[in-house]
Amino acid sequence: MSDATIDFVRRELLAQADAPAAPTPGYWQSVRQRLARDPVTIAVSLVLLAIVVISLGAPLVTHYDPYAGSVLARLKPIGTPGHWLGTDETGRDLWTRLCYGGRLSLLAGILPVTISLLIGGFLGILAGYAGGLVGTLIMRTMDVFYAFPSILLAIAICGLLGNGLSNSILALAVVFIPPMVRISETVTTQARQLDFVEAARASGTTTLQVIRYHVLANVLGPILVYATSLISVSIILSAGLSFLGLGVTPPRAEWGLMLNSLRQAIYVQPYVAALPGLMIFMTSMCFNLMSDGVRSAMDVKLNK
Amino acid sequence: MSYGQNTSPASRERSRRESDEGEGDRVGTQHKNATERPDHPHPPLRGDLSRAAGEVYGRDPRDRGGPAQPLLLVENLRKHFPVRGGLLNRKVATVQAVDDVSFAIRKGETLGIVGESGCGKSTTARLLMRLIEPDAGATVFDGDMVGSRSGISVNAMRRQMQMVFQDSYSSLNPRMTMVDSISYAPRMHGIPRNQASERAEHLLEQVGLNPRTYARRYPHELSGGQRQRANIARALALEPRLVILDEAVSALDKSVEAQVLNLLADLKQQFNLTYLFISHDLNVVEYVADRVLVMYLGRVVETGPVEQIYRSPRHPYTRALFASKPTLDPDRRTTEMPLTGDPPNPINPPSGCRFRTRCAFAQAVCADATPDLSAPFGAPPTDGPAHLVACHLPEAQVAAGIGHA
Repeated sequence: MSDATIDFVRRELLAQADAPAAPTPGYWQSVRQRLARDPVTIAVSLVLLAIVVISLGAPLVTHYDPYAGSVLARLKPIGTPGHWLGTDETGRDLWTRLCYGGRLSLLAGILPVTISLLIGGFLGILAGYAGGLVGTLIMRTMDVFYAFPSILLAIAICGLLGNGLSNSILALAVVFIPPMVRISETVTTQARQLDFVEAARASGTTTLQVIRYHVLANVLGPILVYATSLISVSIILSAGLSFLGLGVTPPRAEWGLMLNSLRQAIYVQPYVAALPGLMIFMTSMCFNLMSDGVRSAMDVKLNK
Repeated sequence: MSYGQNTSPASRERSRRESDEGEGDRVGTQHKNATERPDHPHPPLRGDLSRAAGEVYGRDPRDRGGPAQPLLLVENLRKHFPVRGGLLNRKVATVQAVDDVSFAIRKGETLGIVGESGCGKSTTARLLMRLIEPDAGATVFDGDMVGSRSGISVNAMRRQMQMVFQDSYSSLNPRMTMVDSISYAPRMHGIPRNQASERAEHLLEQVGLNPRTYARRYPHELSGGQRQRANIARALALEPRLVILDEAVSALDKSVEAQVLNLLADLKQQFNLTYLFISHDLNVVEYVADRVLVMYLGRVVETGPVEQIYRSPRHPYTRALFASKPTLDPDRRTTEMPLTGDPPNPINPPSGCRFRTRCAFAQAVCADATPDLSAPFGAPPTDGPAHLVACHLPEAQVAAGIGHA
């Protein structure tokens, strides 16, 4: 070592040793810290949490049977004693129906997205990383699905499979796979060209290791954020399918289906009839806002 | 052929293989090689000894070919990128990024590659690392043909050959701390996590970054110079024998650049490294390189020891390149443009000598035949590494007037 360099290194080391060794938190820990400082994200997360908890614990927050109606108590307005959110057209307590309906609506919102995330994410990362013939094959196949408007495709698949909750979930999963593949493919193609992925490839490690440690960590964020924003779309679409009579079958409670049956009462009890729609709107908006918050919290460069 | 040897790499390869079968043969060939190369950095006898004896002399146990075997031998490397377009995405043209490039890097030396941007320097580096698959050409790493059944695999070569990229920020994973980035490759190669982290911290210290402060930091929390040090540590984590520095200091400011260059020089000694130093900065290359390779439009136009190339450049392009080098001496100020215009489009390079379209000496022969790399006209026979130039015309090789070099 030349004297000058030794001297420089020594001085640098001494200077650094004096500085307190600030413990830099891990990546996910820092994401959590940034999330904790974002009031909007916290608020919508709490609302979502409340919706989930109330839906799952529906028997605990209401003593009515969601299926048992009473002809005498039909279409009561909001604020009726005993039925604080009113009743529907067959006299079932609306609060009870909303609580139980949340179960299916959330399931129909989250499950199709999860399925499409697994399948679409895998295909997209494969297409993006492999490129070439494999990539072209996958992407052109997805383009075929893209040719159909998503709701029409969902209706067509549902019509083909017959109505029912599981069929509508399957149909939505199929609808969400192409956009998921496209997003994953785009971010993976971008990440693949970065120097650190090249450096990882140049270190003689296997393709799977490079993908797991370098590609995945950098593409999972955007993909997950996109998936979260799809949940709201999925809730709305599944509600739409139920509304059309293709998804959940009566008398089961589901927000879209409830909206459909209550629409006949819109001139009698407009506020009661709007409640399932309000729930759909609120839940999907909360998922959207949460995905925005998570995205900005995951961006290392945005927040120092 | 630019590696300055009389034996072809193929025959060298063959003789090495043969010698592996019989030790007596091996001694013979080694001896022959050694006597052909009097400029040899070590006493020639050392290469004659058996492997065990070599270790006594402190030879790297990974050293397979002996000191006379170049660490990296590249023959006729070629990469033509297809340009697709039109209907059905057909190939409409090819960019001849790297065309017929051959060279050798001897153990322990620093080979500099210079040339204008777009001349194929970085593509060459990526081809060597096999980040891009070459269309043709052979790479022989310490006597082992890379990617051939009888040689070593690409991954085995990559463990001994590492690369430092120009962009210090994008070459570090933004989601990984320094210690994770550095220990990644050793960990993937089976070294336990604790041990790999410990080694990474030790490496950080060796590149002048206090591990207590920097080990847990993310790339965006470091300055450019610090990041490039970390990149160097990452490249050294696999204990490579050859490090490709692809414009590794070009993005740093001058004071930091000097520090990193000194660091590189120290590390080279400490770890017994061989460098392939790619840069467009002629001054830096003069400072670090032992030998220089001048590239123009995907071809090697001149190669030789750094003093010789810088003192008496023979190729008109090399002279023009050096003439364009800024100088601090007012008496030697460049008054006329030594080289005008952009390099020709590599999609459709000129026939014959690729430099002829910008060369003041060009004649009919330059368009007809591609000049081979050969000894310059009128050069006295030298003992050292050969000075080779790819130019047909004796007068072009000696003409003065251009530039000040």
